[in-house]
Amino acid sequence: MALVAFGKAVNQALGDAMEADPSVVVFGEDVGEAGGSFGATRGLRGRFGAHRVLDTPISEAAIAGAAVGAAMSGLKPVVEIMFMDFTTLVMDAMVNQAAKAHFMFGGQGSVPMVLRTPHGGGVNAGPQHSQCLEAWFAHIPGLKVVIPSDAPSAYGLLRAAINDPDPVVFIENKALYALKGELPEHPEILTLGTGAILRPGTDVTIVAYGAAVHWARDAAKTLQETGVESEIIDLRSIQPWDEALVLESLSRTHRLVIVHEAVESFGAGAEIAARMADIGFDELDAPIIRVAAPFMPVPFARSLESAYLPNAADIVAAVQRTLQ
Amino acid sequence: MTAQRSNNPPQLPAGQLVAMFEKLQLIRQAEEYLIKLFADGEVPGFIHLSIGQEAVSVGAMSALRDDDTIASTHRGHGHALAKGMKLEGFFAELLGKQSGLCKGRGGSMHVADMSIGMLGANGIVGAGLSIALGSALSHKTLGRDAIAAAFFGDAATAEGLLHECLNMAALWQLPLLFVCENNGWGEFLPTAKQVAFGLAALAAAYKLPHVMVDGNDVTAVALAAAEIVAGMRNGGGPVVLECKTKRIRGHYEGDAQKYRNPEEFGYNADSDPLAIAARQLAAHDIGEPEIAAIVAKIKGEIEAAVQAAKAGAQPEFEASRSGVYTEIA
Repeated sequence: MALVAFGKAVNQALGDAMEADPSVVVFGEDVGEAGGSFGATRGLRGRFGAHRVLDTPISEAAIAGAAVGAAMSGLKPVVEIMFMDFTTLVMDAMVNQAAKAHFMFGGQGSVPMVLRTPHGGGVNAGPQHSQCLEAWFAHIPGLKVVIPSDAPSAYGLLRAAINDPDPVVFIENKALYALKGELPEHPEILTLGTGAILRPGTDVTIVAYGAAVHWARDAAKTLQETGVESEIIDLRSIQPWDEALVLESLSRTHRLVIVHEAVESFGAGAEIAARMADIGFDELDAPIIRVAAPFMPVPFARSLESAYLPNAADIVAAVQRTLQ
Repeated sequence: MTAQRSNNPPQLPAGQLVAMFEKLQLIRQAEEYLIKLFADGEVPGFIHLSIGQEAVSVGAMSALRDDDTIASTHRGHGHALAKGMKLEGFFAELLGKQSGLCKGRGGSMHVADMSIGMLGANGIVGAGLSIALGSALSHKTLGRDAIAAAFFGDAATAEGLLHECLNMAALWQLPLLFVCENNGWGEFLPTAKQVAFGLAALAAAYKLPHVMVDGNDVTAVALAAAEIVAGMRNGGGPVVLECKTKRIRGHYEGDAQKYRNPEEFGYNADSDPLAIAARQLAAHDIGEPEIAAIVAKIKGEIEAAVQAAKAGAQPEFEASRSGVYTEIA
């Protein structure tokens, strides 16, 4: 066991994947010589060579499109888009090409690519460097969407994403890069689409992913002081998502709060709530409540952004509402 | 760096010319059959025919091997057949049958055959460019001497993605052949009204060689492609091959083309790739009887493929639903 930062776990997963499989390559803006804007690819170029760790020009559409073509032709590319906000520029490659190829070509081949990108606020990066756009990708049949919450899940999910035959959007919350977690010497490769119960509880199920998992943990501590035991599910993947795990938990707690940093309207929480209102209707003792960002751009100023971001107090208040 | 090719290139060997003429006939007859099938309501959706442009596909593909990869366009029947796509799977796909190459899920605009490196027609103008870019990157990274070719129309030169791909291919010196099929039209508007520059100037901006050929002359295209591809297999970088050609039919089948001078429609002995190739065959003393035999042979192959495709079953919806993701064993 070693205490390893989230960003270092991403780096280690990339290095181990490249070691294990010579067809894994990394490309993107400043991933080579600079080692990535958030350091996730640091050292890889020296270790594996410039032919496997390529610096690209600032050409997001071609980066993603080239990943699709490379994945159809024998490589397993892991590309980095520096901020999730810039994925607006990769939409054709991801939505019309990567997502469709396996289906529309009748199962001939697949597109084993990973698009890594950081989302999230908390660093005052403003409206065009802070968005959580995961629901866009989760809405597209053919894509998988994965969002780790800590170092072990970052490692285990990224290795699984690289091994996966289909295109995966792998989202890293910027606020988590420096967060340290215990990483075993040979960390486990996880299964995409499988969530984890991080804290067992009996009174309410809190479903979260990414940075929101940590807000849920803080909320659970506060709630425990008032005698409320929260069960926390880290979803880890939102496409596919672990519907069975959420339903099983709900059938014990009978209350559900869903938390994410992305804006509430039409977010991942809406899908989870709608499914549970359907298949979990008989289990519910209270309305399902979402805790998420308001429907507005991510603002810049410290006072504005801190008010914008959901937090543990919001989750506590939501849980208390379900208990009324 | 623009090279102009002569209209009287050296003769190709008779065998190669006959093989290319057969491909030209195959594409022409297949698409003429599609006109009829479409009019009869047998082809769902819409199709974009490459009639008049066959020499670009056949000439360029004559320089490629099965392990070379191509990314095609919405007007991609010629590319697919010239690359070696099997006729029955092709027709069955366009008719939306389970026996289609893509099990009836793609149709004309999304037909692919990975076994021959045909990475798909594409419904998005210019999208194949970056797919070919990535494919070329795979060839180079994995140490193969295969090359990738990106086919695109002249109107796709207005897409920003072309700029990104030219730049990255040039920076990384990838074995990527950019084949511009310049038919003078982008949908319903002349390209001259859509694009303020010429492709030669654009290629020059990236310090890439640009070769202009008569895209209706299959020999000219084949010779140019052979020289370029040989250079790439020897470690050469990307090249832009621009083929001037003519779209005979509308943007899509059924397009009344009210925007176009009727004199442009129809075949013309000076520009029809089949007429030009027939004259080249004549120089080898291959004349009407041999050509008639080729036409009849291909007619028979196409008829058999169409009948087999028509007899195929409709795809089942539930089976298609399970095909969104790769099954993991």
